[in-house]
Parts: sequence; C-alpha cells; structure tokens
Amino acid sequence: MSKSIKIRKGLDIRIKGEAERSSIEAPLSSTYAIKPTDFHGLIPKLLKKVGDQVKAGTPIFQDKYREHIKYVSPVSGKIQEIKRGSKRKVLEVIIEADKEISYEESSPVDLASLDRETAKEALLAGGLWPFIKMRPIDVVANYTDTPKSIFVSGFDSSPLAPDYDYLLYSKDKEFQAGVDILNKLTDGNVNLQLRAKGGADAAFTQVKKAVVNKVSGPHPAGNVGPQIHQIDPINKGEVVWTVNAQDVAIIGRYLLTGRYDASKLLALTGSEATNRKYYRVIIGANASDVLNGNSNTDNVRYISGNVLTGSQIEADGYIGFYDSQITVVPEGNEYKFFLTKGWLIPGFKKLSNNSAYPSKVLGPKKFDVDTNLNGEERAFVVTGEYEKVFPFDIYPVHLIKSVMINDIDSMEKLGIYEVAPEDFALCEFVCTSKINSQEIVRQGLDVIHKECM
Amino acid sequence: MKFLRKILDNAHAKLNKSEKTKKLFPLVDSVDTLMFTPNHTTKGGAHIRDGIDLKRTMMFVILALIPCLLFGMYNVGLQHDLANSTVEWSGVDQFLYGLMKVLPFIVVSYAAGLGVEFIFAIKNGHAVQEGYLVSGMLIPLIMPIDTPLWMVAVAVIFAVVIGKEVFGGTGMNILNIALTARAFLFFAHPTSMSGNNVWISGFKEMKETGSLVDGVSGATPLGDLASFAQDQPAYSSLGGFIQDGHSFVEAMWGLYPGSIGESSVFPIMLGAIFLLLTGIASWRVMASFFAGGLVMALVLNQFAGENAYMQLPAIHQLMYGGFLFGMVFMITDPVTAAQTTKGKFFYGFLAGFLGILIRVVNPAYPEGVMLAILIANVFAPLIDHMVISTNIKRRLKRVKIA
Repeated sequence: MSKSIKIRKGLDIRIKGEAERSSIEAPLSSTYAIKPTDFHGLIPKLLKKVGDQVKAGTPIFQDKYREHIKYVSPVSGKIQEIKRGSKRKVLEVIIEADKEISYEESSPVDLASLDRETAKEALLAGGLWPFIKMRPIDVVANYTDTPKSIFVSGFDSSPLAPDYDYLLYSKDKEFQAGVDILNKLTDGNVNLQLRAKGGADAAFTQVKKAVVNKVSGPHPAGNVGPQIHQIDPINKGEVVWTVNAQDVAIIGRYLLTGRYDASKLLALTGSEATNRKYYRVIIGANASDVLNGNSNTDNVRYISGNVLTGSQIEADGYIGFYDSQITVVPEGNEYKFFLTKGWLIPGFKKLSNNSAYPSKVLGPKKFDVDTNLNGEERAFVVTGEYEKVFPFDIYPVHLIKSVMINDIDSMEKLGIYEVAPEDFALCEFVCTSKINSQEIVRQGLDVIHKECM
Repeated sequence: MKFLRKILDNAHAKLNKSEKTKKLFPLVDSVDTLMFTPNHTTKGGAHIRDGIDLKRTMMFVILALIPCLLFGMYNVGLQHDLANSTVEWSGVDQFLYGLMKVLPFIVVSYAAGLGVEFIFAIKNGHAVQEGYLVSGMLIPLIMPIDTPLWMVAVAVIFAVVIGKEVFGGTGMNILNIALTARAFLFFAHPTSMSGNNVWISGFKEMKETGSLVDGVSGATPLGDLASFAQDQPAYSSLGGFIQDGHSFVEAMWGLYPGSIGESSVFPIMLGAIFLLLTGIASWRVMASFFAGGLVMALVLNQFAGENAYMQLPAIHQLMYGGFLFGMVFMITDPVTAAQTTKGKFFYGFLAGFLGILIRVVNPAYPEGVMLAILIANVFAPLIDHMVISTNIKRRLKRVKIA
C-alpha cells in the first residue's frame, strides 16, 4: 500500500540561518495567549472573562457555530486581557501564567476500547480537536465528517524548516498513541510521509497502523497538499484531514497521561537570529522568551512560522498555534538604486528562481534575503513560472484568475478543492508581477466554504 | 544616489500638497521606480520574494533587441549608399547615416506610446506599467525606413489605445501591440508600407533626382519572390534569383532592403540566445514556431511543380522577411501567447505554419508572418481553453476510477 512519490516541480529556497540541533528549555513565560486568528474563519464564543482562573486544559472559548469544538488554555493562571480589534473582533486571549502549571486532570484514555464516536468525544473534550485540519478549505475539521484518509507529513521542506526527526526524538509512544486514535477517525489510511533519502527518527519508522509513503524532491514535497494530490487526491465532496507531526504527539501525550501538556520544540531560525537552536516552549508562548538576547532588534521582522507562510508578530507577540518555528529576517524597507542594488544589477548574490539572475547558476550556497518586494504589483504578464514550482495537475494561474472574478463554477473545475493557500506560497515567491496569490486562494476558499459546503 | 533620492522625495512631497497635482503622481512615480527599486515590503503571505520584477524582464528584452537595432542602423546606411550614385561612404559613415535615420523613429515611438500610457495612468490613477518599454523598441524595428514619422505616431497611438488600453492595459491585451501598430499602417497606408519604394532610405527622392544607381529596384527579396506569381516577374527563374546575390549565406547576412531590424539572421540569433539563456522567452513557442514554418515550407516544396516561389528550399525560405524576427521577439510575447505549457506548442506551430502559408500562397502581400502571428494571438485563448478542458476532464475521471 505504501507509495513512493516523486515531486518534480518545486524549489528549495536556500537562505541563511538554520537552527543547530541542540535544545534549550525556554523559561516559563509570564503570559501566554490563544489567538482566534490562528484558526481561519473561526468566530469565537468566549467562555471566560478577564480575571477568571483557568488550568491547563480549561476551555477558554468555543466555536460559535460548532459548539463542541473548544479551545483550551495551554497553561494555568488568570485571564489577564482579551484583546479586541475593529468591530470588537477577538484577537488574543492573554493568560497570566502561574509559576507552576496545574492541569485539568482526566484519566488516561484506553485506546483499545474506543470506537469512532467516543474517540471524537475524547478529542473534543480534551481540547485537542483544533489540531485536526481538513482539506478542502484548510480550516479546523468538522467533527461530523468522516474523512477518506488522514495525512501526517513526517518532514518539513520549507525554508529553514525545523527538523521533524529532532522534534519527535524519543516521542515514539506519544506519536504512536496519536496515530492510533487518528486511525479510529477514518475508514481509510493514516498516511505518514517521510523523505525518500536519509533515515528518519524511530518515532516515524517504527510506527504501526500508519501507511508510510516515501517522498522525494524539492519543497513543497513536505507539504501535505502535494502529498494528498499524489497519494489520495480530493474530489468534490470528499474530505481529507491533516495533522502536524508534532501535534500528533501532543494528542498522544494527552491520551497517555490525561493532561493537556502542550509543550513542544520550537526552532529559532533566520539570518538575524543569533542563538539559533531549538527551544522547548508551550503553545501560545510569548516570543520574547525565545528572542530575548538571541536576535538583532534593529529593523528586523519576526515571523511565527517560516518565511513563506508564517505570520508577522511583534518581538513580544505570541507564537502561532500551529507553528514550530520563529524566523527573524531583515526588513527590506529601503530604496535601492537600480544600478547599484536595484532591479538592473547583474545580481550574482540576489535570490531568484529566474535565469535572468546569474545567481540561479553561479550564486552562493546560501542567500541573504530581506522582506523587500523587489518590485511592484502588476498584472499577470509572464507565463509558465508558477507551473515550475507548483507540483499539482492543476493550472495555478487560471485558478487564481477564476478566484479574482469570483467564478465558483470555474474554481471547482480548476481544482480549488485540492489546494490550500500554503500550496501557492512558492508561486507567490517567484511571481514577477508580485501578486499575493496566497491571499487570493484564501478568498476563493472562503467563497467555496460559504457557498458550496 | 542620496542626492537623487532627495530630489525625488521632494517631488513627491510637492505633488502631495494639493489634490490637483496629486493626479500627476504617475509622472514622478515612473521616474522614481525606474531609478530605485521601491522600499515596499511584503505584507503577509510570503515574506520574502524573488529578485525578478517586470522592469528587469522588459529591460532584458530591450537588451536582446540591441544587436538588431545596431545592425538595422548599419543596413539603412548601407542600402542608401548602394542605391545612391552620388555618395561613396565608409562603414562608419553608413552607420552614422542609419543612426540619424533610425533614431527619430525610436524617439517618436516612445514619445507617442508613453504619452498615451501617461494619460491613461493619470486618468485611471495608477502607476505606469512597463508593457510599452518593449513595444516602443519593437515598433521602429518592424517599420520600413521611409515610413513618415507622423504615421508611426498615429499607428503607435492606435495600437496602444485600441490594442491595449481598451482591454485594461498591460497584461490584458489580446493582440501583440507592435504588430497591431504595423497592421494598422499596413492596411491604412499600404503605399507607405509595401511595394518597392519604401525599403531604402530616400528611394523616391533618388528616383526623382536621378541619382539612383542603375538596376536598383528597391524590392525586398520577398518582393522579388512574390513577383513570380505576377505577370512580370523580376527574375525568369528561381536560379536567376538565387545567383543574383540571394544565396543562402547572403540571405543569412541580410544585407538587403527590408524592415529596419528584421533582415539579418545573426543579430536576431544573438537576441534569441540571450532570451533563452535568461529564460525570458519561451523555448517552446520559439521551437514550435520554427517547426511550423519549416513543415509548411517543406510541404510547399513537395507541391511546387513549376511554381518557382514554392521551389525555394525550406530553410532558405525561413531566412527571409520577418519570420525569424517574429519567432524571437513577436510570437514569444507572453501576454498574447498561449499560457499553458502544452498550448504553447500548438500556438507556436500554428503561427509558423500559417506564416509561411500566407506568405507564399496569397497573391496580395509579400509577407505573411505579421498576419499569422495576429491570427495565432486570436486563437491563443481557444488553444488554452482546450488544453485546460482536457485537464478538467482528466481530474473528473479520477472519481469514476475510484
């Protein structure tokens, strides 16, 4: 059953600043936050007020329209602040943490006795459901669905990505327990994808009850999107669920201990970070715990996640729910004279996937990059460049154009059910016309979610 | 550079003072973005971006055109010298004469085209996009040297307004802008765009003053070839044509009358190599265009019979006229070409095939490449539609198999 797939189209972006494989216990933050904005499309219904005491695992808010889905506190403490944006949208629920974490205690779950319904109830009750996302739409899964299969990627191929083998090292039992419960949720397979070349950690290779597939090729080989497309493609009306490998271990840990222990390893990366290592943190931690003293602060951008799909945070912002990485890169907010630094330089050191820069062939092994757009937004002119980095049997530019004109029929035909914004991250990177394709795909998915699901 | 930055910042500040002058923003902005890559940073999405932008892409096409331009200047001078019995020039003089003749075309082309672009940018309140940079250089290179400058200006304005801006500007046009300009003149002012009197600088004048060298007809090789179908052919047989300075090698050098930049194979090939190495032009379109032309020419060879024109060897045929220039610089325009990878093969082949067919078989126009490319432009969306339909069907089939 296990397959071996080859991703031919794609691009490994070689930039400076990967993390060294050694880990540090980050000090316990004084504040943590759960951000409803990490869960796209979620409208939260708050269950706690400012000043309420919570334990790790206590629900803080729930999905207004899917009330069983609860979002729980990662630590124990007091609700310090509920930050709101325009139209009173909840942006962050900030929790002032106790010195010592106390947990909502429940008994360990006996996996053998679970059927599908009780497995779902256990996950919902423990606040673990938000770790499960669904394709299409790429939002938190519907508990009423039965997915045709579940996908877990065993590696991350994005720029400066954390090493999953290191993240999951010695987490064999927890990962196995997580895989076991995922198996209860689907009639199909739990698919685990590993790199074709090089060994993987025992947590992955020794796993039972999962179909292990081998994937070779450049980024986005590690993304679940192309993996699903090649192994078990989604047609209209079908649903596939996805879970991050590290989150599978968190789920497993809950099942084994009965505690919501959301600690995980986080890689500090990027050319402007100095002490680039792995830090053990708890979900929702304040980034300053990791960044303090470990990064340049002058005109830099802090990204929770990787440079292609992450979200920008402040130096004292909170780390995203699904992220296992912080990247620090220089801001590029300077004018560049066209002959010395700008658009007409020979460009032996300029990062580009385009042969119009000799760096594609003659460049250094690792590039320095900043956040400059390197141009201005234009209409689509150049053709064929998205296709070079988009490993789907789908026409990316035409799909994007169908979203731009809000043509639902064409979106369906052109394959919107198979893609998520992250699958377009490389397209966005290489785009000559600087079109924000991830944002456009997200708009299209929102329309489909509203009208067709 | 700080000095220049200061001037531009001041200009922006002054413009922003009142609502009226704010509208002139595109004027300063276009100079600004030409001199400096702007300080815009990414907002959400991918935080880092590729170094490439549309300015670099367009500028590289212009760089690729420079060999053709220089050759064109030299050839204009050379042809004038050869036809004029009163002057005896060195190569440098010939080039300088060509330079003086060609430069006004470029100035008029850019002034008229960018003028229209600026008007639309100000009217619609957006920045000037780079599309015309390449068209503005292409248009002079595909004109006969004796085209009056006012005609060039009118054609440029027509092409930019009707060919591009009504469709929504750069990236939205259906027809190639440069060829739209040429086609406009071709049908609106045929006497200034074809025949034997327009290909050599000052030809009519020399004819009137009698300073024309005896035996210079002013015809392009394709004009001579087309005359085989007429009552009074320029040559009695194809052999006569080839022996009279039209051998294969001479055809490649291109030192004969023709549109300014199109006649010589070598500078075009330099441009082609540059565009292919930098990945700016699609090799798929170029290769299939060449293949399409070659196949048609071979087919015509098979059915030539007594027809002298159709007997012309296939490769020799492709060296003439605008075929190679069109292959490298016209058909590869990504906006008007087919956009799907497979579609590009069909598109290029169709254009090349029709180009030679129209050229050889029709009795009215000596050259067919311009019209063939325009027809292929029109068919490009249909080709894409068919390619995408098969893709949609293929993915729908998965459901049935499963």
